[in-house]
Amino acid sequence: MLSKNQARTFFLGGTVVFFLIFLVLSWHTLAKEVPEQTNAENLSESAIRGKRIFDKNNCMGCHTILGEGAYYAPELTKVIDRKGEEYCRIILMSKEPWQPRGRKMVAYGMTEQEAADVIEFLKWIGEMDLNGFPPEPDLKDKLPTE
Amino acid sequence: MKYKSQQVAYWFFALSVILLVLQIAYGFVMAFAHLGYDGLHEIIPFNAASATHKNLLVVWILSGFMGAAYYIIPDEAERELISIPLVKLQFWSLAIVGVVAVIGFHLGWWEGRKFLEIPRPLDYLVVINVLLFLYIILMTLFTGKKRTTTSLVLSMGLFFAALLYLPGMIWFDNQTMDSFFRWWVVHLWVEGVWELIMGGILAYLLIKLTGVDRELIEKWLYVIVGLTFLSGVLGTGHHYYYIGTPKYWLMIGGIFSAMEPLAFLGMALFAIAMYRKGEKRHPNKLALTWTLGTAILSFVGAGLLGVAHTLPAVNLWTHGTFVTAMHGHLAFWGAYGMLVLGMITYAMPLITGRKMYTKPGANYAFWLSNIGMIGMTTAFAVAGVTQVYLERKVGMDFVDVQLAMEVHFLILIGAASIFTLGIVLYIINFFKYGSPSNEALVTA
Repeated sequence: MLSKNQARTFFLGGTVVFFLIFLVLSWHTLAKEVPEQTNAENLSESAIRGKRIFDKNNCMGCHTILGEGAYYAPELTKVIDRKGEEYCRIILMSKEPWQPRGRKMVAYGMTEQEAADVIEFLKWIGEMDLNGFPPEPDLKDKLPTE
Repeated sequence: MKYKSQQVAYWFFALSVILLVLQIAYGFVMAFAHLGYDGLHEIIPFNAASATHKNLLVVWILSGFMGAAYYIIPDEAERELISIPLVKLQFWSLAIVGVVAVIGFHLGWWEGRKFLEIPRPLDYLVVINVLLFLYIILMTLFTGKKRTTTSLVLSMGLFFAALLYLPGMIWFDNQTMDSFFRWWVVHLWVEGVWELIMGGILAYLLIKLTGVDRELIEKWLYVIVGLTFLSGVLGTGHHYYYIGTPKYWLMIGGIFSAMEPLAFLGMALFAIAMYRKGEKRHPNKLALTWTLGTAILSFVGAGLLGVAHTLPAVNLWTHGTFVTAMHGHLAFWGAYGMLVLGMITYAMPLITGRKMYTKPGANYAFWLSNIGMIGMTTAFAVAGVTQVYLERKVGMDFVDVQLAMEVHFLILIGAASIFTLGIVLYIINFFKYGSPSNEALVTA
């Protein structure tokens, strides 16, 4: 039967081994793969300013981006593809709360430059290789037609 | 209770339950907003409510852990805490940082990084606070008469929890890298080192409440926390499926996430086995009920409901939907919420010398809060699956789907009301215990 010492060895040994594997994989991911998959060379000054504005306003507190955040407002990963730049610009610059069918967004009243930065950031996000996320609706064509 | 300094746990427990009530209040603000009643939008917009709800969760659990550590470590190390004034300083600085953070969220002083919304300047204060806490705990432990496995595992969990807070404080321009390290904090906390803390507290409670031999309990404690890291560390991969990270995480995250329930299953079987084996002479049966409850519901909420959506082929569709909220609520409640409330239920009679656990309200508190939370989880599950099918599979517009889901939020609010009733009963009971009493000290 397992002794307490053996149990301790299992815990300490397993922990060290799996942490090391995790660190090596993390290094590989961050040094080699992420720059390529996220097109890091396209990350412009404007897009970086956009990320800071995005964080400063806690956009993730309502929206999801890369599927992460809150579930009160739409996923923003491909929002520029879906809605277009102009639509996004109007919402970001609006001084009145944007409220599609009653669901209110905070009125940020951004300047032209700020809105352009956020859109740059969202465009950069939209071009990432996300291993197939967000998926295309696969039941859309199977709905019965009139 | 053998050591007078253990009484300080009371203040951390009191802060913990007060923050829990506040967390629930913000949960209601969000649930009503989902139903279309967002009258507070101007004062508490949804993003302020969600940041507050999530951060209060973290702080009330941490405050509970700290209280537990201040109670357990003197008992295990067989000495008083090294300094009561330092504990008081640590308590008040924790409370003040918490209050400033919450007020800041309402004034837009935050960072939009889920669970880590506290702005960096406050992060530094958090670090100082936690270093002070660790200093008190570790010095007490290492100058004490004994260093038990339980106290070492608990302290190790607390130490690594502090260490892992740091990667979340690095600045990144790249959203993917930002997220990558955010999960080092959030995932490696809740599915890693917090489980060490949980294991330590659970072992302590089982030793005290069941009367089973310490050696046996601590042996299995090692096995369980070993399983936690074996699966949980590489299990971080399930957050790296779809955020701009390489495909190998799909396989690694999938395999190791599938193993994650094992640690929780181990914890549940361990608690049940010790319960059956022990003589259970301890009069505080309610604390034992909470202890078994946390062991079992953490397996269901964190283990089973986690694996229900962490396989990559499932997660592709459920990632970023209410399915995550379903898992999140029962996981945090089962694994950490119930654990803290269980620890408080155990410690309060010993700190105050009053036996309020015999009151019917204390018993109702357990059942109502658990029935309510299971109802809430079910409502989130139905809403989440609806969202996945309508929005992701059929391709309906986001807001149309949200309107179609409204009825499930009505059910959520109903279940949350039952949950809240349970928590209110718990808190009434908590404050009826009164303040710590020197008469409760026993000389053994």
